[in-house]
Amino acid sequence: MTLTKRIIPCIDVDLNDEGEAAVYTGVNFEDLQYTGDPVEMAKKYNEAGADEFVFLDITASAEGRETMLDTVSAVADEVFIPLTVGGGIRTREDIKETLRAGADKVSINSGAIANPDLINEGARSFGSQCIVISVDARRRYDEDGEYYEEIDGESCWFECTVKGGREGTGLDVVEWAEEAEERGSGELFVNSIDADGTKDGYDIPLVRAVTDAVSTPVIASSGCGGPEDMYEVFTEADADAGLAASIFHFGEYSIAETKEYLAERGVPVRL
Amino acid sequence: MSSSRQIVADVVVVDYGLGNLRSVTRGLERAGAGVEVTDDVADFEDADGIVLPGVGAFSEGMENAGPFRDALLEQAESGTPVFGICLGMQMLLTTSEEAHHEGQGDVEGLDLIPGTNVRFRGDQKVPHMGWNELDVQREHPLVEGVDGEHAYFVHSYYADPDDADAVVATTDYGVDFPAVIANEAGNVFGTQFHPEKSGETGLRILRNFVDICAEE
Repeated sequence: MTLTKRIIPCIDVDLNDEGEAAVYTGVNFEDLQYTGDPVEMAKKYNEAGADEFVFLDITASAEGRETMLDTVSAVADEVFIPLTVGGGIRTREDIKETLRAGADKVSINSGAIANPDLINEGARSFGSQCIVISVDARRRYDEDGEYYEEIDGESCWFECTVKGGREGTGLDVVEWAEEAEERGSGELFVNSIDADGTKDGYDIPLVRAVTDAVSTPVIASSGCGGPEDMYEVFTEADADAGLAASIFHFGEYSIAETKEYLAERGVPVRL
Repeated sequence: MSSSRQIVADVVVVDYGLGNLRSVTRGLERAGAGVEVTDDVADFEDADGIVLPGVGAFSEGMENAGPFRDALLEQAESGTPVFGICLGMQMLLTTSEEAHHEGQGDVEGLDLIPGTNVRFRGDQKVPHMGWNELDVQREHPLVEGVDGEHAYFVHSYYADPDDADAVVATTDYGVDFPAVIANEAGNVFGTQFHPEKSGETGLRILRNFVDICAEE
């Protein structure tokens, strides 16, 4: 056997009206719906065979951050699989306290774009294995990019965005992925603003462009509508892990049946 | 998910200033250990077993573990179970290519299991990160019940013991590398993967370890 492809449920955590951590699931980074308690959900997914968890803190407040860290600890005490935590990480201190709370990896997005040295610093202090760089990519069909893909006869590049896709940065995703790896990131987490919440499948050209450019593992995110989309991203874009939120949260597919589907088609998974 | 056992052994987790010890502590507790996280070698004496955890770089790990070296060697010699995890396992060997790559020359490991840690050669992605399969090569109480199961790995170097008999289990990542090693006496052993991150399989290994400690 070889290294298995990882199936990772992503859990967006916000505060509910009582100020408690709660899981929400969105469509196109908007329209969040309450889907459960984070610790219960993590336990359920662990039993169902999740290979890892990603927790995203979407509270964006100091109060939320405190609650989030308590939630991370509660999950880490219950569930013995790797836990990646992202959202609002901007400093070495943020990385440290998140790891100390029980995260195995931190996912850094705009904090690394604003201050790329954070990647070097984080890798040096805590090891590359725990620094995950996350990008929110958006397709652009103009001349401002560095690396172009042909998609349906059109030439397109991928731009790093921030603030849930509302703001462009002008930074080319492929170029940024290479730089992040150079600076010491241990993994890349590729989200697509175009595909997010659509359930039409991952942005295959995007994921392919990133896996071609870097040698560290790539986690594909956004757009998963079912096991066949996972199959596509593993076989056609060479992703190392597939992340999904809504298909698991809303119970459309279980992790177990997703893995069985993949195993039947020859994709190595942990059953 | 298995529920907690009663405490059957007392183990110490060596805190040499690296990494997240929370998961390994909770995992050991669930496996039936009373756990003390310590940076005081005086605590080694009364322990039924010692866990050497670790993430990060070899030379930094050895530097930080420096103050514990003599006490670790003494406990290993006296037969106390010593369990190295990931970097902690690599530190059981004599040296590592990693220190050479970093331009730090020879950095001495604990030399409890003679050998060198070497980097993956080939076109596989490095680090080797994710779940991979355990192929048990020989009997050792640590690996009871886990042959063919998956464990979670994150590493760029792997142990290459001088004595092939030190290899307890292997994993295939372009090369069959040692995933579990042990010394001849059987009381010093290590896993390249993280049992505290390997779900039920990992908890089984931690329970096996606690049982080994309880027998001491």
